[in-house]
Amino acid sequence: MKVLLSWLQEFAPFPSDDPIALGDVMSDLGMAVESIDRIGEGLDGIVVAKVLELRRHPDADKIQLVDVDTGDGEPLQICCGATNLSVGDTVPLATLGTTMPDGMEIARRKMRGEWSNGMLCSGRELGLGDDHSGILLLDGALTLGTAITDALGITPDVLFDLEINPNRPDAMSVAGVARDLAARLGLPFSIPEPQIEEVPGDAASMVSVEIIDPDLCGRFYARVIEGISIEPSPRHIADRLVALGMRPINNVVDASNYVMLELGAPNHTYDLATLPDGALRVRWARDGEPITTLDGIERALTAGRDGVITDGTDQAVGIAGVMGGASTEISSSTTRVLLECAWWQPMAIARSSKFMGLRSEASARFERGTDPEILDLAARRLAELLAPSGARLVAGSVNVDGNLPDRSPITVRTDRVNRLLGTALESETIAALLRPIGFLVEPSDSSGDWSVTVPSFRPDTTTETDIIEEIARHHGYSRIPGRIPTSTQTGSLTPLQRDRRILRQVLVGLGVHEAMPLPFLAPGDLDRAGLPAAAVTLTNPLAAEESVLRTSLRPGLLRSIAYNESHRTEHASLFELGRVFALPGVGQVLPDEREHLAVILAGRAAPAAVEVLDVILETLGVASSTMDQSLVPAGLHPARSATVRIGDLVIGEVGEIDPAVLEAFSVRERTAWLQLDVAALLTLPHGEHPYRSISRYPSSDLDLAFGTPDDIAADALTDVIRSAAGALLISIELFDVFRGGAVPIGTRSLAYRLRLQAADRTLTDDDVATVMNSAVDAAARLGATLRA
Amino acid sequence: MIDDITRISSEAPVQVRAAATIENLRDLEAELLGKKGSLSELKKGLAGLDPEGRREVGAALNVARESIAALIADRRAELEAEKRAVVLAAERLDLTERIGGPVRGSVHLVTQTWDRLVDVFVGMGFTVAEGPEVETDWYNFEALNIPAAHPARGMWDTLYVDLGDPETVLLRTHTSPVQIRVMTETPPPIYAVMPGRVYRRDTADATHMPVFHQIEGLVIDRNISFADMAGTLEAFTSAYFGGSIHSRLRPSYFPFTEPSAEYDINCVFCEGSGCRTCSHTGWLELGGCGMVHPNVLRNVGLDGEEWTGFAFGFGLDRLALMRHGVDDIREMYTGDVRFLEQFPS
Repeated sequence: MKVLLSWLQEFAPFPSDDPIALGDVMSDLGMAVESIDRIGEGLDGIVVAKVLELRRHPDADKIQLVDVDTGDGEPLQICCGATNLSVGDTVPLATLGTTMPDGMEIARRKMRGEWSNGMLCSGRELGLGDDHSGILLLDGALTLGTAITDALGITPDVLFDLEINPNRPDAMSVAGVARDLAARLGLPFSIPEPQIEEVPGDAASMVSVEIIDPDLCGRFYARVIEGISIEPSPRHIADRLVALGMRPINNVVDASNYVMLELGAPNHTYDLATLPDGALRVRWARDGEPITTLDGIERALTAGRDGVITDGTDQAVGIAGVMGGASTEISSSTTRVLLECAWWQPMAIARSSKFMGLRSEASARFERGTDPEILDLAARRLAELLAPSGARLVAGSVNVDGNLPDRSPITVRTDRVNRLLGTALESETIAALLRPIGFLVEPSDSSGDWSVTVPSFRPDTTTETDIIEEIARHHGYSRIPGRIPTSTQTGSLTPLQRDRRILRQVLVGLGVHEAMPLPFLAPGDLDRAGLPAAAVTLTNPLAAEESVLRTSLRPGLLRSIAYNESHRTEHASLFELGRVFALPGVGQVLPDEREHLAVILAGRAAPAAVEVLDVILETLGVASSTMDQSLVPAGLHPARSATVRIGDLVIGEVGEIDPAVLEAFSVRERTAWLQLDVAALLTLPHGEHPYRSISRYPSSDLDLAFGTPDDIAADALTDVIRSAAGALLISIELFDVFRGGAVPIGTRSLAYRLRLQAADRTLTDDDVATVMNSAVDAAARLGATLRA
Repeated sequence: MIDDITRISSEAPVQVRAAATIENLRDLEAELLGKKGSLSELKKGLAGLDPEGRREVGAALNVARESIAALIADRRAELEAEKRAVVLAAERLDLTERIGGPVRGSVHLVTQTWDRLVDVFVGMGFTVAEGPEVETDWYNFEALNIPAAHPARGMWDTLYVDLGDPETVLLRTHTSPVQIRVMTETPPPIYAVMPGRVYRRDTADATHMPVFHQIEGLVIDRNISFADMAGTLEAFTSAYFGGSIHSRLRPSYFPFTEPSAEYDINCVFCEGSGCRTCSHTGWLELGGCGMVHPNVLRNVGLDGEEWTGFAFGFGLDRLALMRHGVDDIREMYTGDVRFLEQFPS
């Protein structure tokens, strides 16, 4: 909502000297000032000039050389990029030394070798409207050399652009902003009474209105205006409309818009001659009901959504609160107008305008809720604005009511106000804050409390809390002193939140960077990643490439690796801790949403991922896992990948990405991969790290190498040796793997170092020999033979 | 004999100094102090002396032996130190010759900001709650006092998911549904923050992403007032941004709070004096807050006369960007290592 200071001053005596301070008050009242423009400032040095000659610039296609006369008959050369000029045009010229409204200084300068002695200006460059399509063309009758402010009759003013919240329908009008501001500043506020003379007659005999659906229309107020002649609006009306962002059309349309902006009362005019018997009816539309709207478009209405105004023959002549019909539009031949001032059900207008894609200044006001009690004043104000063209309001009116909002008094408890705000306001103070903004405050039955009637222009305010917000607003949020609640609760992270931090620390220590690819996938992405295609999809994605919710972190991370490779970062190591979404289980509404951890190591082979897995599990302190290579996860390298289990529970997958998948994602490097289901993993007992006492007795090492067939996993042999070695074994380490040489094909040598130690004595040779024998026997039973 | 001893004693320092290696020194030691050394030879002559002479010469011998032994020990230490120095010098390394070596990874900027924010709130006595990113319309809108067709729905451009009836399941547009979940699952008092990922139907540009992050807070207790909200946000502001940064509240509108407020802080770049980032206002708009709306309390089954509370929320990504002067939010989401590695902590 834009407001002009001069317009606000018609309702209350606001000072002109400090617009910024005034803007601060508006912001503090919840009408946030987005910008303050000083109109008519910075125009000194801009004068009226005439185009004498247009020439091509010898060295530039986009610049013309323009000779202008500023009244002394001397041609002055200007370089100009606009193309809308003709010889003889009258234009604004910023002369040398001028400081433009945007701060730019005009100096004599060469443009591609040609002198420019000033600048011809567009409307926007002068701060007059938004037009920047070409140079502003002025009235040819103006005296050359006259200051532009004099030539255009510009009086300095201040334009505030305000952001109005949905619960402030009153502030969608100049008068409403003035009321709020005046209340805070303690200035008297009043809406001037229109000075008009009505034509004798009886509008009620010329017009009839019927509200068929009272839940659509709360009030329909109609008047008749005679003596209409369509002509341009007077200058001061047109200027104000332009300043507030509306285009002047003609005196009738402009007066209608002016009243809407000033009083927040949108209204509509019908050519009375086009309405049989002057009859109007209001009802919900029927499905497919046709209407041609003012913009010439033929539309089909929807039942239960759109409201319609019909003539006496049930022909639609307007979409309620949204747009009028073409058939009753006023034209140059119109002499008598039916003026509609109505109160529409806000939700109905919101629905209708949203689904028809017809948002207008009028619908924006109707859907927030307009003032049903201002309709008569609005009609008379409109007549006052049209009076100079000879138009007169016909005496009498038609007023038909449907369902209007309940405005029963609301009890406001002083104690509740202070408990909710943390203030110590007196009852009288509360009343004094509410009265200037139109609330009727009367003593309630219980002492110290108030019975408050909400003004008709605040349909948003329906509860005690709504009124408490108004009290707080006008008391001033900044005047409510802060305090810290005294809580008995202790702040803490959950175990899962702590574990996430541990996981990240471990990975950062291992040189891996955390990435956050978007969780949206393109339709073929899962398939290209070698994963099942079943996934949750979006109904209204921004783009098809973002229409599928990921079921795995893999496609996003593969894309990140490809991005890094294509920007010459090889060997990128990335991890992600994020949600994946599977289709809902039976009877579930929401997707099966799980938190996964994935690690992707470009340029690395599967063992690198296994190392990461081992460090993670060891840090978390979960029981040891098994890697099942007979169960190759989808999309991973068939000979270099495994399903990771702890006991019977599958917790993830480890290995390398299938080369075909890498190719599909344009990843060139061999890529190691680890994925863990964080929720599953962390439901297992973990984090205990029990203490093992450290023996004071010497330890002995035992090195054993076994010829082991390739189909026996090293982990399997390790486990067998570990359990055979018994209590004396304190560590076992695989320190060498060897293939070839004397080792038969299809087998490899696995060399282990066993460290043995007793808690209570020094080991004897017998002890060591016993361990060795049982380890060798157990290995042999598995199929591994001790190498000499 | 005394003359011999005196001679040996006086020549010894020169001889010891002249020993250039530990081996030379060992030979000299044998020559002077060994069993067949010169002092030992002289000692043999003691037998031929009278007791008086024996005592006198014996004492002189002992003095000479001790002083020579000390000289040799000193020289040995010297020679050993020299030898060690040569060995160590041969091991010289240029420590600036770095090839490869261990690399560190990094935690994402968003995570760093998330953790920093959470730590401040945990310190203020809050717990940390989470919830699903795909939500039902009820949790995301209805329960928050935003009924279907409410004009306020236009405040959020929602991405809907193809599950159930049309427009009933969606990607949460804010972390507020977690507030509803906390209130329906935990009896008050509640002091909790909800950080999380949220979604909007927004085209990506320098300041917008369809996926971004928020943190919200919720306090429900007896006698919680607007003053508690103002005090809590002020305490958070100076704890997180530093003591010179303060907060202010301006009236605003949200369907789920009343009274509602915009939560501004002093511009962290100019500390309130006005700069380009804050459009010369001295303030940055951080987020929104307000007293939990009575309808929201009713929707979760709480009695608004007994329990009151406040909620607040703001975007997390912008704080991450501001901290490091990153001017395009999209950079955080490409996974580009050249970006990620710039922020090790």
